[in-house]
Amino acid sequence: MKNWLRTTVSASALAVLMAGAPALAQEEMLDPAAKQGGSIVITYKDDVATLDPAIGYDWQNWSMIKSIFDGLMDYKPGTTELRPGLAESYEISEEGQTFTFKLRSGVKFHNGREMTADDVKYSLDRVTNPKTQSPGAGFFGSIKGFDEITAGSTETLSGVTVVDPMTVKIELSRPDATFLHVMALNFASVVPQEAVAEAGADFGKKPVGTGAFKLGEWTIGQRLVFARNEDYWRKGLPYLDQITFEVGQEPIVALLRLQKGEVDVPGDGIPPAKFQEVMADPEQKARVVEGGQLHTGYITMNVEMAPFDKKEVRQAVNMAINKDRVVQIINNRAIPANQPLPPSMPGYDNAYEGYAYDPEKAKAMLAEAGLADGFETELFVMNTDPNPRIAQAIQQDLSAVGIKASIQSLAQANVIAAGGEKDQAPMIWSGGMAWIADFPDPSNFYGPILGCAGAVEGGWNWSWYCNEDLDKMATEADSVTDPAKADERSKMWSEIYGKIMEDAPWVPVFNEQRFTMKSPRMGGADALYVDPVSIPVNYDYVFVTDVQ
Amino acid sequence: MAAYLVRRLLQTALILLGVSVITFALLYLLPADPVRQIAGRSATPETVENIRRQLGLDQPFIVQYWRYLSGLLQGDLGRSYLQRSEVSTLIAARLPASLLLMVGAIGCELLLGLTMGIVAAVRRGSVADQTMMIASFVGVSAPQFVVGLLLLYFFSVRLGWFPIGGYGTWKHMVLPSVALGILGAGWYSRMMRSSMIDVLRQDYVRTARAKGLARGTILFRHALPNAVLPIIAMIGIDIGLFMSGIVVIESVFGWPGIGQLAWQAIQRIDIPIIMGVTLVSACAIVIGNLLADLVTPFIDPRIRLR
Amino acid sequence: MTAPTSPDIAVANVAPPVRAGVWRRLLGRPLALIGLFFIAITLAGALFAPWLTPFDPNDQMFDGLTIEGAPMPPGGQFLLGTDLLGRDLLTRILYGARTSLIIGIAANGTALIIGTLVGVVAGFFRGWIGAILMRFTDLMMAFPALLLAICLAAVFQPSLWIVAMVIALVNWVQTARVIFTETSSLAEREFIAAERTLGAGTGRILFRHILPHLVPTIIVWGTLGISTTVLLEATLSYLGVGVQPPTPSWGNIIFENQTYFQAAPWLVFFPGMAILALALGFNLVGDALRDILDPTQRGRD
Repeated sequence: MKNWLRTTVSASALAVLMAGAPALAQEEMLDPAAKQGGSIVITYKDDVATLDPAIGYDWQNWSMIKSIFDGLMDYKPGTTELRPGLAESYEISEEGQTFTFKLRSGVKFHNGREMTADDVKYSLDRVTNPKTQSPGAGFFGSIKGFDEITAGSTETLSGVTVVDPMTVKIELSRPDATFLHVMALNFASVVPQEAVAEAGADFGKKPVGTGAFKLGEWTIGQRLVFARNEDYWRKGLPYLDQITFEVGQEPIVALLRLQKGEVDVPGDGIPPAKFQEVMADPEQKARVVEGGQLHTGYITMNVEMAPFDKKEVRQAVNMAINKDRVVQIINNRAIPANQPLPPSMPGYDNAYEGYAYDPEKAKAMLAEAGLADGFETELFVMNTDPNPRIAQAIQQDLSAVGIKASIQSLAQANVIAAGGEKDQAPMIWSGGMAWIADFPDPSNFYGPILGCAGAVEGGWNWSWYCNEDLDKMATEADSVTDPAKADERSKMWSEIYGKIMEDAPWVPVFNEQRFTMKSPRMGGADALYVDPVSIPVNYDYVFVTDVQ
Repeated sequence: MAAYLVRRLLQTALILLGVSVITFALLYLLPADPVRQIAGRSATPETVENIRRQLGLDQPFIVQYWRYLSGLLQGDLGRSYLQRSEVSTLIAARLPASLLLMVGAIGCELLLGLTMGIVAAVRRGSVADQTMMIASFVGVSAPQFVVGLLLLYFFSVRLGWFPIGGYGTWKHMVLPSVALGILGAGWYSRMMRSSMIDVLRQDYVRTARAKGLARGTILFRHALPNAVLPIIAMIGIDIGLFMSGIVVIESVFGWPGIGQLAWQAIQRIDIPIIMGVTLVSACAIVIGNLLADLVTPFIDPRIRLR
Repeated sequence: MTAPTSPDIAVANVAPPVRAGVWRRLLGRPLALIGLFFIAITLAGALFAPWLTPFDPNDQMFDGLTIEGAPMPPGGQFLLGTDLLGRDLLTRILYGARTSLIIGIAANGTALIIGTLVGVVAGFFRGWIGAILMRFTDLMMAFPALLLAICLAAVFQPSLWIVAMVIALVNWVQTARVIFTETSSLAEREFIAAERTLGAGTGRILFRHILPHLVPTIIVWGTLGISTTVLLEATLSYLGVGVQPPTPSWGNIIFENQTYFQAAPWLVFFPGMAILALALGFNLVGDALRDILDPTQRGRD
């Protein structure tokens, strides 16, 4: 049996033996300019719900959890490139269904105990156990024994076995090219059983992990303080001694405090009303880092509801929306989109031109479909700014081609509920609930939101688009587990999304851009401030320049 | 008195029971599924059903309510679906901020309302009286969120006297307190004016005046205590207004109280939190009313508790 | 049934205290005049909106926004500036007056009907039905009104009429309590007892004697209640759970634009003043009516 040996870590371990520190520094990606010490203040409007890695699924606690916990896999800071985390190395069997992870030795939890393979197994059992009620359980569906644990007939995943204290083997029930990404999700973080048992249901308020920071104090509704983990296994990290998250801070207040030097990074970004002012001031603009985001905002059209059951009608709607105007309404903080995948995602088709804005042609197509006089429909939208505004811009574009859409502006939960019913929501603007990728892989934009699996009652495929052929292609693409064939796989995905756009169940409207602002004393590469997996910043790697 | 108290407490309990039934029923009817919110977008149908079963949300309404009620009777408000904490912990963490805001608002109501009312009563018919009465009308007619936003704009953004929202120092408290209290100040100034005018007509005030006591002494020693009592009772009744007001004011000023907690919970149908906040608010309202009724006889001996 | 009419002593007592002089006396009060002026302006704005402005309230004009997507300040082509979608603010405020008035009248009318019905039935019949109704009123008083309204709005998925209904469901309680108190004291009065001994039926007593006496109270509460209703509608819309866009409402204009309020305060200021003016108008007139129609009731309650 031939194994692919992924050797980044073992190779550099070898290098350590020969050359010493520099190679280590390279592996940890240390910044020679970085200084150790200091503390920063980050603000958020909303309170942090939980720091339990099995539960937390907000963009806000996602990066916090990343800094408190580690998984077997990880990403190179500022990139979407995988690297081993708590695993020192791993092997993938030839058919791509067995993963054997060799753990790092000497990794300690914040409570001082050393991490072992049992903890890995426990953590995976825990996250998939229905009692945990993890919103991420579904990601582990390809692990053998997942169905049994979901059904409640067992408490442990049969596919995860502890080979020895430093080795864990995970068997899959089907090939899954995204499995290493799944192991890099927060949901796959390794947690110590005794700490979970002790805290009970409150583990989310008393997290214990292996991460670069540990939780210091937490005053609900006011602040969280993270303290540097002195024993962190990535030597030399983190740079900061302390991070204070102040919650309940309006974005506008946060920005003013940043200008006064009281805040280092406003977590909610630059408020719309201040955006122009900031960007017009060269001194402030210099401290804004712009980057892409794995996000697409789209309109779904329910293919089960007339007249959206006609492909021509859906294509006509695609031509009717003036995306530039929509982008203008949100102060040009996005770029118009023409396909489901965002530009920074592998599989994004640069050559694809999409449906150009052409209301005349849209009208003609509607006429051809027998709807010369247009029709009436409903557009569902979440009721927080700017979504009702965007919906009204869409509504105006639709009315220009004769489609009278009335707006249903509802609480998030109600929109999600309506989308999950076959005959409730003809159109939904996704803003506020939009798809931000869980991991940088094209498959993540398919399954639950465009595949047949999501087109079920209560599902997230709000267009109810289900194309069996594409489902087959998707399965095929995800079976390509050989990393050497990654490009081939991306092409397969491009083809899938191309075919989806022919059927046009969505109008992709825009991809949001990120604008992170920082205080003058913040150091580190720009990429850390628009890190695709850690929003707003990669806490482990940023530093302050004013420490001695 | 004791019998009266027992009866009122019994009534209070019944009212709270009613509030819990109605709120629970409304949330049950909500056309949204809390389990979807918990399970997340990658959940399989089995996961969803599992969670639904664990939370007992697959049970008929009666069973669900009974479970909630029996928990409630043991002082258990349940656990938040999304924040995964005890509702009582979450409310306890945020209640002080809301109470602080209410204290500030009451202070503002009394300060503004009483001052305006007294001046208007003493200078009855003058320009000052007219102006203050118009001002009091403006106070009761102004939407709280507009007052809040305008206060923020003028005093924080333009003048920079106060922080733009947030929580912590007394400076943070001023604007939200005023925004929340201005409504009551409007009412109180008018009540104070008429009750002061009544008192000033009373014989004992006339006697005092005839004895040649100084104006200030008459006003503050004799008239004020009698005129102010009905207003104190009003505060108890106004708890309901505060409970509505904090939802808006906390959202305008980013104040970390239970109003914001409730508002966020409604957005994401976190039923245990909505129930918890509603019940706590209802409790406050009912107790406020009860206290107001209890102090009334001390204020006006003609009224007897029945 | 032929009713004994004129010789009846009670009739003189029972004659409704609403007299023709009310209008004259109302017009004689400066504060009431100010109130009527605000109401008249709003009414005129709502009725004549299409003729007062060249724009459509929902037209998102290309030149209504800067290239960066910022709204236009007041002055020039757009008298009060534009909103964040490039629509004329003045036009939206004028059409928003329609929303406020429709909801004010519909919601408050419904609340008044419910409240009067509950109050009269409870006050007149007493007994278990009265007890149940009044305990239910107490129950409603214990709800934080805004939370209840938000929950109701979420259950019924808002439209203009649903919002009106939600507000009515929250607002009838005050009226019910006042009407109850008055009805019960009326029911104890001698002339009602006299009527009863004269053999008048319940219906007759209710409609000929009780209701006419309640008219002044109903008018006063009806007027004051519109102000409360206008404020509640604005608040619900401000929270995003009120009137659905693009229907303009003063509350949702502020909701849609508040992220910009520091850069463009007029977007909050003008609609805010409109809400204030209308609520103030009804409060001033209602207060004057209370003084005129019922001199014993002063101040609050």
